[in-house]
Amino acid sequence: MASPKRIGKIEFGLLSPKDIRKMSVRKIIWADTYDDDGFPYPQGLMDLHLGVIDPGLRCKTCGNRASDCPGHFGHIELAKPVIHVGYTRLIRKLLRVACRECGRLLLSQDEIHKVLGPEDERNEDVISEKDIKKERVCPYCGEQQLKINFEKPTTFSEVMTDENGRKIDHKLTPADIRARLEKIPDEDLQLLGINPEVARPEWTCLTVLPVPPVTMRPSIILENGQRSEDDLTHKLVDIIRINQRFKENQDAGAPQLIIEDLWELLQYHVTTYLDNEVAGCPPARHRSGRPLKTISQRLKGKDGRFRGSLSGKRVNFSARTVISPDPNLSIGQVGIPLAVANEMSVPIRVTPFNIEEIRQMVLTGPERHTVNSPCGANYAIRPDGRRVRLSDMTRENIAEMLEPGWAVDRQLRKDDIVLFNRQPSLHRMSIMAHRVVLMDGKTFRLNPAVCPPYNADFDGDEMNLHVPQTEEARAEAFMLASVAENIMSPRFGGPIIGGIHDHISGIFILTHQVRWFDKKGVLYLLRSSTPEHLPKPGKVEEGVEYWTNKQVFSMILPENLNMLYKASSCINCEKCKMENCERDAYVKIIGGELTCGVIDKESIGAFKGKILQRIIRQSGLERGRQFVDDVTKLSIRGIMFDGFSFGIDDEDLSKIEYGQIDEVLSEAEDDVERRIRIYEEGQLEPMPGRTLEETLEMQIMQVLGKARDRTGDIAGRHLGLSNSAVVMAVSGARGSMLNLTQMAGCIGQQAVRGERITRGYEGRTLPHFKKGDRGAQAHGFVRNSYKSGLTPTEFFFHAIGGREGLVDTAVRTSQSGYLQRRMINALQDLKVGYDGTVRTSGGRIIQFRYGEDSTDPAKSSMGDPVDVVGIVESIIVEEV
Amino acid sequence: MSTKFSVIGHMMVPDHQIMSVEEVDDLLTSYKITRDQLPKVYHDDPSVKEIGAKINDVIRIVRNSQTAGRAEAYRQVVKRPKK
Ligand SMILES: [Mg+2]
Ligand SMILES: [Zn+2]
Ligand SMILES: [Zn+2]
Ligand SMILES: [Zn+2]
Repeated sequence: MASPKRIGKIEFGLLSPKDIRKMSVRKIIWADTYDDDGFPYPQGLMDLHLGVIDPGLRCKTCGNRASDCPGHFGHIELAKPVIHVGYTRLIRKLLRVACRECGRLLLSQDEIHKVLGPEDERNEDVISEKDIKKERVCPYCGEQQLKINFEKPTTFSEVMTDENGRKIDHKLTPADIRARLEKIPDEDLQLLGINPEVARPEWTCLTVLPVPPVTMRPSIILENGQRSEDDLTHKLVDIIRINQRFKENQDAGAPQLIIEDLWELLQYHVTTYLDNEVAGCPPARHRSGRPLKTISQRLKGKDGRFRGSLSGKRVNFSARTVISPDPNLSIGQVGIPLAVANEMSVPIRVTPFNIEEIRQMVLTGPERHTVNSPCGANYAIRPDGRRVRLSDMTRENIAEMLEPGWAVDRQLRKDDIVLFNRQPSLHRMSIMAHRVVLMDGKTFRLNPAVCPPYNADFDGDEMNLHVPQTEEARAEAFMLASVAENIMSPRFGGPIIGGIHDHISGIFILTHQVRWFDKKGVLYLLRSSTPEHLPKPGKVEEGVEYWTNKQVFSMILPENLNMLYKASSCINCEKCKMENCERDAYVKIIGGELTCGVIDKESIGAFKGKILQRIIRQSGLERGRQFVDDVTKLSIRGIMFDGFSFGIDDEDLSKIEYGQIDEVLSEAEDDVERRIRIYEEGQLEPMPGRTLEETLEMQIMQVLGKARDRTGDIAGRHLGLSNSAVVMAVSGARGSMLNLTQMAGCIGQQAVRGERITRGYEGRTLPHFKKGDRGAQAHGFVRNSYKSGLTPTEFFFHAIGGREGLVDTAVRTSQSGYLQRRMINALQDLKVGYDGTVRTSGGRIIQFRYGEDSTDPAKSSMGDPVDVVGIVESIIVEEV
Repeated sequence: MSTKFSVIGHMMVPDHQIMSVEEVDDLLTSYKITRDQLPKVYHDDPSVKEIGAKINDVIRIVRNSQTAGRAEAYRQVVKRPKK
């Protein structure tokens, strides 16, 4: 069995007044805490029997000092019972199902049989509130039951009918309620699923209140020497004060009205002491106006005891700082600032083989001034386990004493294995093992190609780093979690790591059509990639050797690669022109030679990466990693060869295009006017299943949408591959032709929930328009482009449309985040056994075969266990 | 007046069969499990009712699987708890 011990059952019960008195070491009667000398009052809230927090004092219960005393409970005797807010729903249920007179369950034995079945075959089923009809007559004593009303937070009342047939609410005091709950017999409670041994219902009405130990609510001493008490202590002070006054008034025989007021006040204080965020109850506040953090607030929520303190752990050997990009690093590396590397350490044992090396580290000590200096050590650990901080004073001495049996905390150095993480850690690629590179500066550096798995960018993102401390941990981190091991995503069986943004633009520019480079150019491009020898030149002219761009790219491909596919820039012509494609979108790689086609997102992009995927399937993850490193470096050099930038004048069109765009938009607006006239004259034919208005709206949206697209076409005709935005859109690096349309052509219709904007003033969207105007301009059509600039009304409509998008994303992220949390909580302990079954930690079977086909999706080809097309393609060298 | 609809006949409902005692024993030994480690199905599940399975019977469900073509699963019939 997986777990060594099995939990038989967990019992939930209530603390009885008897239990509370039994565990109490002191009855607390004074609301005061400390006297003028700063000494705790006996029987006050800080009584020395409850434990000690001041150093020097001894606990009067256990005799220990502050460091060893666990703290002890006290108790307060309440003048009258009060309701525990946490149990109001249980109380309401019990008042409704039990007789108000005799306390029996309001079901006859026959009825119980009907609901639960015969006595000998009953299971865990219990009687619920729904099984009992409201306001019936007690089958045992014949008492007519009354309706029980419950008002938040703690008020219960019975609806009575007076002589005149009027209904009046009769309030039940906590004492009344307690008396009723007391009358419910044990056997009846069992039928309701309550074990009376551990949870008598009357215990939900408190007569004694436990006082938590002072260790749970320590007071702090402010800078000015004043004591500041914990919120819980403040609340307990309130409770004791009111309780005291209540008792005095009771003993003096005060009028009923005053007693009731005090009772309610006591109830309020006990309620807010337990939970200061109950509905229908103003929260108790500090003098400053801040709501008090009472018991339930300590437990609840993200920063509460459960999620914040118990499930959430803080660790040593971790670092966090801002990240920034460094394309010269391998994807498997991470750049670490010296300040971090000097602080973080790895323990190493002294052996006869490394003693000299370690002695040198100890002599170097904790200070390392440059990235290239040898690494030092921060601590020495003696054979008896004691740690000695290395300093200028101690290090020479310790270096002398060093011998096998000692260990030393060595500083981080190049090629150490560390775990790198970015929150939210939504999938396993959010934590990967990298190898350390020491760097100047104060940020973590990573290759931009590993951004997709972390979902990182460099607009201020921070990441965490953890240093494994044992050989086993390092081995495990490297073999299971290294970047190379995680290129293939288990989410879709393809590479999640690959080129992004400039990598794609760069490789596109480099490999588009055919270009010739001389030796200098080729060497410039391939300088930081692995290939070491140039192939035979593609041509020699006047004694000068030239290579094609495709030859340059082919150098980083493995020799046995055969692939045929269409690039991202393919527009899916009806009849593919194959090698003669004028967009160069037909990619053909034979024997590791790119013979035609352009390399873009489809080939090397993250989430796509056809070539990368094939390389990994043929030659393994390590070769895949090398390809990513090569291709990102080559593409960055490719983009630097020509330069790549975008400016405001890249959105300029010529006079002719502006004229055409104007014409198209005017035509569309006229068309809209015409359709509106037809509608107003009652000539419009409604579409099936639509009203006249809906038909008109749809037509208008369609006309305007088409017009916008046409402006895009016009702009696109002018802007060719000489335009950087077009290059990015076509290659799939970033942006789309729609973005370009909106920059240069026309922004188009703004929509809210897929419809034209109609909200705003009565009969119109803004006071600038006539009531009832259905025209394009009056309902959010933005005729201008981002370049030409928006009119004030257009700008306003654009803001309305933009806001919807922002709200949508905000709502979606919070919803999907919670969904993810629930799913992970449900699935986290499942594992695949050696027999292929998926089981819970208790050995219960979830799936008889993992995924029904026992295929690891990370080792699959887009979900399929075998990449049939790839195998056939690579053998017959023809598109399948 | 009600017409009874047979869920078993529907193309989206996989094949359900009650397993014999021997088959169940084989199943339990081959996976080295006890009965309570089997997946469960409620006694009032429409398919379970239709094949007439009783509480504590084990049912073999044969599905068309997207990944494997054909997949078998086994479920023990249990009483649906109230609510
Ligand atoms: Mg960011
Ligand atoms: Zn103590
Ligand atoms: Zn009764
Ligand atoms: Zn084509």
